[in-house]
Amino acid sequence: MTQPLTLRQHSEEEASDLPALLARAEKLAGTVLLGEHGRRRAGLGDDFWQYRPMVAGDSYRNIDWRRSARGDSQFVRDREWQIAQSVLMWVDQAASMRFASSDKVPSKADRARLIALATTILLIRGGERVGLTGWSLPPRGGRPQIMRLAEAFATDTEDDYSAPEARGMLPHARAMFVSDFLGDLDPIEAALTKAADRGVRGVLLQILDPSEEAFPFEGRTVFQSVGGGTRHETLKASDLRGRYLERLAERKDRLDELCRITGWQYECHHTDTPAQSALLWVWRAMDGGKG
Amino acid sequence: MTLFGALGFTTPWLLLGLLALPILWVVLRAVPPAPVRRLFPGVVLLLGLKDEEQVSDRTPWWLLLLRMLAVAAVIVGLAGPILNPDRDAAPVGDRPLLIVMDASWASAGDWRARSEALDGLLSRAARDDRAVALLRLTAPEAPMFQSANALRQRLSGIQPEPWETDTARMESAAARLPDGPFDTYWFSDGLAREGREDMLAALEAAGSVTVYESPQSLYALAPARFVDGNVALTLKRLRPSGEREVVVNAEGRDPAGNPATLATLPMTFADGAVIAEGELSLPAELRARVDRFEVATTQSAGATTLSDDSLRRREVALIAGTENREGLELLSPLHYLQGALEPTADLIDGALSDVLPANPDVIALADVATLGGEAEAVRDWVENGGMLLRFAGPRLAGSDVSRGEEDPLMPVRLRAGGRSVGGAMSWGEPKSLAPFDAESPFFGLDIPEDVTVNAQVMAQPDPTLASRVIAQLSDGTPLVTRKRVGQGQIVLFHVTANAEWSTLPLSGLFVSMLERLAVSSMPAQPEIEELEGTTWQPQMVLDAFGDLRDAGTLPGVSGEALVSDPLGPDLRPGLYAGEDRNLARNVVTADTELRPVTWPDSVPVEGLAGPEETPLAGWLLALAIAMLFADILASLALTGRLRGSRGAPAAAAILAAVLILPGGAEAQESQPTGDDFAIEATAEVTLAHVLTGNENVDEVAAAGLQGLSDTLFYRTSVEPGEPLGVDLENDELAFFPLLYWPVTPDQPTPSGDAYAKLNEYLRSGGMILFDTRDADIAGFGAASPNGRKLQELAEPLDIPPLEPVPQDHVLTRTFYLLQDFPGRYVGRDVWVEAAPPDAELVDGMPFRNLNDNVTPVVIGGNDWASAWAVSDNGQPMLPLGRGFSGERQREIAYRFGVNLVMHVLTGNYKSDQVHVPALLDRLGQ
Repeated sequence: MTQPLTLRQHSEEEASDLPALLARAEKLAGTVLLGEHGRRRAGLGDDFWQYRPMVAGDSYRNIDWRRSARGDSQFVRDREWQIAQSVLMWVDQAASMRFASSDKVPSKADRARLIALATTILLIRGGERVGLTGWSLPPRGGRPQIMRLAEAFATDTEDDYSAPEARGMLPHARAMFVSDFLGDLDPIEAALTKAADRGVRGVLLQILDPSEEAFPFEGRTVFQSVGGGTRHETLKASDLRGRYLERLAERKDRLDELCRITGWQYECHHTDTPAQSALLWVWRAMDGGKG
Repeated sequence: MTLFGALGFTTPWLLLGLLALPILWVVLRAVPPAPVRRLFPGVVLLLGLKDEEQVSDRTPWWLLLLRMLAVAAVIVGLAGPILNPDRDAAPVGDRPLLIVMDASWASAGDWRARSEALDGLLSRAARDDRAVALLRLTAPEAPMFQSANALRQRLSGIQPEPWETDTARMESAAARLPDGPFDTYWFSDGLAREGREDMLAALEAAGSVTVYESPQSLYALAPARFVDGNVALTLKRLRPSGEREVVVNAEGRDPAGNPATLATLPMTFADGAVIAEGELSLPAELRARVDRFEVATTQSAGATTLSDDSLRRREVALIAGTENREGLELLSPLHYLQGALEPTADLIDGALSDVLPANPDVIALADVATLGGEAEAVRDWVENGGMLLRFAGPRLAGSDVSRGEEDPLMPVRLRAGGRSVGGAMSWGEPKSLAPFDAESPFFGLDIPEDVTVNAQVMAQPDPTLASRVIAQLSDGTPLVTRKRVGQGQIVLFHVTANAEWSTLPLSGLFVSMLERLAVSSMPAQPEIEELEGTTWQPQMVLDAFGDLRDAGTLPGVSGEALVSDPLGPDLRPGLYAGEDRNLARNVVTADTELRPVTWPDSVPVEGLAGPEETPLAGWLLALAIAMLFADILASLALTGRLRGSRGAPAAAAILAAVLILPGGAEAQESQPTGDDFAIEATAEVTLAHVLTGNENVDEVAAAGLQGLSDTLFYRTSVEPGEPLGVDLENDELAFFPLLYWPVTPDQPTPSGDAYAKLNEYLRSGGMILFDTRDADIAGFGAASPNGRKLQELAEPLDIPPLEPVPQDHVLTRTFYLLQDFPGRYVGRDVWVEAAPPDAELVDGMPFRNLNDNVTPVVIGGNDWASAWAVSDNGQPMLPLGRGFSGERQREIAYRFGVNLVMHVLTGNYKSDQVHVPALLDRLGQ
């Protein structure tokens, strides 16, 4: 039985992260200018786009009489094409993400959530609908959705590694997978293929700790996964460096290749570099895909 | 102790532990370093990778070597290694041992070391059951072989003498040597002297001889000389070694009469030089107070030189009756006086009225008959110790001075006109001088043949005349007469001060006579002839360590002996007083030459050549610790723990620990000083308490002021900062409106400077709250130790008259209306500055118009700080009373504190507020 007091304390502890994460994400999102928002073409929408001379085929009710009254020709008032896209997010919440090699860099999970939430904020400000893959949180717009997503991101799971959730993908939606992709590659491949089948395109953001990229270990070492499920002992860690780096490069290549096949975009981000660069890349990748 | 070459071990058996090292090597080598556990998500990429080589699980050889060396250093260190151990080179054997000591002043500098060496020697001799005899060459007695323990009991009585042994004593010592075979241990002072070889030969004939010499440098300070207005000092050393600076102190008495170091002179021996010269420029007044010069670091009679009158240049004022006529230098009445006095005295020129305020030692009047208006002043001056030296001349002879009755400023009555003998118009031959009487100060001076007198003023025969004549002519007429007046004297030369009436001023006798009269001081080294026939009484004598002692009943010595005889038991170095002068006999004279003794190769010399005994255990153990620290760092580095986030702080901590070890004490002194302190104290209103040194009391005082500060913060617009403890000696007080001073019986009394600061503080509007903290056991007053201490503390303070707080004192209403002032105790009286006596109760006013100022002190014993004190969490620190009444008492105590601070900060503002209705009334109109 959970004591109400304990429950409340826990929930308050949990909730206390949220505003901080939100605030940081808002701040990060604020660094991206939404100047180019919109589809930059005429279409169904609320915002004025342009006046154009009436051509054959335009119905009379589309004529903007106020503008037309100023001249002899008729003008049609075009509205900007606005269509709300659905964007599906998946952020790895497995134990392997809760790793930081030193106090100076944030944990991978922290960085992943930050970037994902900042992207979410940007998208929702841009009028898109954002949700989670799977069935737990379908895409919706509006600020409350930011709050819901932030809550969803903030949960942890106990698995060592986790695979992307590929169910519940809306056809032709956009998707964003954030993880370290150190787990088994097959589910990832399956998820991407499945997404590609449904016409879902998106970005794959791999987040790595600098120590995972550099392998700066020496001496007799027992390596252990964060969840404790896997361990490997070596007598001379420095000897393993070359072979480890080889395997890591191999895995990155594989991910990149997968993305190219399925029409996704792949990027590797390190926690010791600013989150802003990753966010910009994500934003361009999302935007570019739509453009 | 076991010896290995120059290395000795106190517990050599511990070295067997070194045998365990190879075993340790094998064990350490077999154990690989423990693995590091690391969380690493990328471990999946590592799965299946095999190690290529298996070697690295062994500890590397250099780390093993480091650990081995550390362990070896510990083992060797614990075995007590000593470099150059003090070897038992004293003659071994069962023959009796004769200990010969030079025991001169030259041994005094390191006498303690010699005593210890002697003690060690005697204890070894006692262990070996050898008979021992002692022979001191400065005071030879026939040596008696006795048990070493008996001699050890007399050890503290064996002291050096302030003189050197001479040939005669050396011979007498050699003559008294006991028969039979014996070994000799000679404590030499290192100085070469006559007779040493013979003595050595005699000793070697009886057995083996070992010599102990001190490696310490020996210094000798020659008597100070007076050169060109400066005091010149010459310092000698025994062995020419490297460049070295030695400080010489001029010791004497300060104007208050206390012994003090009046000046210091650093003297530098050049590299390889044995003599260092230095000059000290001192004002005459300071110079006259110098008793002695001594080498600051050496306690030895040779390193001390007494200064006598030779440094005390007398001030002599020369006044002539006639003006100098230009171009007639030799006829000037003062010419010969100037010539005689210039080298040894400070001469003053000028009119008598100008000279007298300078208070010269001597005023010489050459042919001055009357002094006019100055006579009275001159008489006073003579009575206070001045010496009036008068010379006759035509004016004196022609005047009526001291004719009918004796002039107060003349020693005798004079007959009119004087007389002239041996001239062209007179009968008889020029007169020569009669030999001086034994009572005369001139006794012993040689009278040259060519001193003749042609003319003189004649003294009237009087009953007192005979006792006043100190020199006379061959026909019995007085030549020099003297009269003592008060502490001073008046001397009349019945001839002129120039060569007109006699040839006396031309002769050396004139200079000697002036010296004997102490008109001029002696040159540094008096000649035997000058001192012939005089007797000198020792005043202070030097012991071998250079300390001055009272001479007591030592007999006087003759002047010749004083100058020429060698020092010995009958002529000790020291200060000798003659009739009017002091003469110092020093151990070292200007011609003393320090020559190191050279011992033949057959004689082993100890102490000098060998390097000092150095225990190495500390160094080795420190080395072991350093190596173990290096081992920690190396192990961390080897296992990869030194890198990354966790290793770095650990390594930093270890390094910090290594660095802090020696410097730990310095970190303690992080009290705010200077500007920091000022800024901290003045950023806010800050209450302060005096640090008593009693930790408990200081803590309670700080907590109490914290509690009071908190209360002020909550209740009033005064928002004080953190209270500070104030060190009266070092901290500035002006920043604090209120000082709380808890009195403890054992706190140190502040210094004079601190009291000056406190008085300044009180005068400039500060307030001190004295709290004797004993109202539970004593009333106010000296009845308790705290009360007595308070009286002692407050005595030098500038405190006005006090009275118990009157009912209408402003302190009762600055913030709260109070009638009593409890703290932890409810004592009766709290004392403040008394109201002026003319304060009166005005009709219609509730209060008297009392003193306009803040009372500088509030004195009580209620232990307010304890009532105010709060602990860190804001709760009262100490219990107070019982239940609600206790809390009420604490509340009132806080109110008293608030009132007190308000009183300090607002002065008599509240007192003036009684006028508010009247002021409002006036404004209304």
